[in-house]
Amino acid sequence: MIGFWESILLTVITAATPLLIAALGELIVEKSGVLNLGVEGMMAVGASTGFAVATLTDSSLTGVLAGIGAGMALSLVFALVTLGFAANQVAAGLALTILGLGLAGLIGAKFVGTSRIAIPPIHIPGLSELPLVGKLVFGQSPFFYLSVALAVGVAWFLKKTRAGLSLRSIGENHSSAHALGLKVLRTRLLAILFGGACAGLAGAYLSLVYTPFWSPGMTAGRGWIALALVVFASWLPLRVFLGAYLFGGATILQMHAQAASLGLPSQALSAFPYIATIIALVLISMRRVGATPAPGSLGTAFVPPR
Amino acid sequence: MNIVLKVAGAATLALGLAGAASAQEKLKIGFIYVGPVGDHGWTYQHDQGRKAIEAAFPGKVETTYIENVPEADSERSIEQLARTGHKLIFTTSFGFMEPTLKVAQKYPNVNFEHATGYKRAKNLATYSGKFHEGRYVQGVIAGKMTKTGTIGYVASFPIPEVVSGINAFMLGAQSVNPNVKVKIVWASTWFDPGKEADAAKALLDQGADIITQHTDSPAPLQQAEARGKFAFGQASDMIRFAPKGQLTAIIDDWAPYYVERTRAQLEGKWQSQDVWDGFAKGKVKMAPYTNMPDDVKKLAQETEEAIKTGKLNPFKCPVFDQTGKEVKCEGNGALSDAQVLSMNYYVKGIDDKLPK
Repeated sequence: MIGFWESILLTVITAATPLLIAALGELIVEKSGVLNLGVEGMMAVGASTGFAVATLTDSSLTGVLAGIGAGMALSLVFALVTLGFAANQVAAGLALTILGLGLAGLIGAKFVGTSRIAIPPIHIPGLSELPLVGKLVFGQSPFFYLSVALAVGVAWFLKKTRAGLSLRSIGENHSSAHALGLKVLRTRLLAILFGGACAGLAGAYLSLVYTPFWSPGMTAGRGWIALALVVFASWLPLRVFLGAYLFGGATILQMHAQAASLGLPSQALSAFPYIATIIALVLISMRRVGATPAPGSLGTAFVPPR
Repeated sequence: MNIVLKVAGAATLALGLAGAASAQEKLKIGFIYVGPVGDHGWTYQHDQGRKAIEAAFPGKVETTYIENVPEADSERSIEQLARTGHKLIFTTSFGFMEPTLKVAQKYPNVNFEHATGYKRAKNLATYSGKFHEGRYVQGVIAGKMTKTGTIGYVASFPIPEVVSGINAFMLGAQSVNPNVKVKIVWASTWFDPGKEADAAKALLDQGADIITQHTDSPAPLQQAEARGKFAFGQASDMIRFAPKGQLTAIIDDWAPYYVERTRAQLEGKWQSQDVWDGFAKGKVKMAPYTNMPDDVKKLAQETEEAIKTGKLNPFKCPVFDQTGKEVKCEGNGALSDAQVLSMNYYVKGIDDKLPK
């Protein structure tokens, strides 16, 4: 029985990890006052590039790094258009998704139909075999530890560091921040690149760990879910963490409910993760304890006064 | 998403048309695909059929395809082909039914063929495959191979094609293992590798040791392989995704049909019809039987042969529904095609409720 629950928990972690990584990246972007709707596209490019490079070099690590790089490269296009030319962020983000999905198909075209061994979970002799906690704490995919570290790191950065404070104030009111001498555009550029790196990493996770192959459309809307998580989590990193796990957990549990033939309608069960996540995060926000509204300058272009 | 598909479709169209303009006397044949030719499943197999036409009539035909055509916005793509001199047009997804009919009425001199639909006209034929014949064979193999007595089924949507597949699979399994159980998870998608993998994991965690699927990605198969369990490929041979885990796969082979219809068109003998073939005409095939003992392999081959020669019908009467009530036998010793094509109930032995 313990093995059964452990196995479910492992599955939940696998499902939640890509959402968490992509959402944390987007959180930083939005906290700086930029709305990048291109997460899905950057994820797709990360997935196809990651898989392609890992296959060509026969090195998973190179693949992951290439995935990150591809996400950043695509986000740079977004930065150029929205920061450089002060274009509409919503339109540019949607265009980025379209561009990314198309580009990903192109990059991955030669690799459709090939398979790889998934990047294995880490193994620490002695610790990984411990009963109960062994596999859950010491035997996860490296991406899991990375995602947890990212969540803690992002929370710490925003709350405790001077740079984090600058980023937040730029997101709240870019004109005042500029008047104070903060580098609005440079900070936003770095934030956008960070978001691209995270989306690319999440994409590489999909094609190298979750389901180790490349196929067009394999992101299947996860970028949009990550975007929604940021909003429902009221731009708080730890709530993003909670939301990603709630969503992943609900997804897996409803499948188990189906497999156990509980007799509930499968359509309702399929909708359950979305409903549960929305309700839970809305309820948390309603308590108004630490709830933060959207960053004040979110989605508006900044043109430095001359 | 739709916009992406449109853009990709338009780009392909432009390329296709550029190539088509040079040769006037050749018969031009058009294809509308719902997915990318690289999906390694449904659309990939249709494209293999298109290539077979090119190979069978060198110098006489010219083919064009538009991939990634969204079902809801397919009319203009189909019409584009009709307007640019294509005389035979295949539309290869259920959702293209209404748009194909509309365009067919507008272009009476062009012949259309729609896969998996049921609306026909003088210049619009329909065709599909009896995939449930393959599922019956899979069921026989699974019934023999399972050690836990539980099989996991990753399903897409509760439409008759999928439901009749589950039933055929179960009848096959029961024929060799009367107490076999099947657990079904509806992934509510045709293609989402992550979700399909999660569904397979949930089924494996609940004691299934064989996985079968009616979704399009190789992810469930890959999961079974990773856990040292067995599974079946979908729509094409997926052995390279699971060299130790794939037992066999149902292969949709459209090539003979496409070649036959092209010949009819070339000879001026094309007529509207409705064709639903399976093993017998080679439209549905099984990938090599692998990773199983010789006796199971032999049984699988015999079952395939029996269905092929018509000695065995997966839905031979009597068929009992879940409540144990006998289903009225409207065919010749088996359920009629119409009954199979509209199946909306589970057969006896499936311990679950069909979502409606």
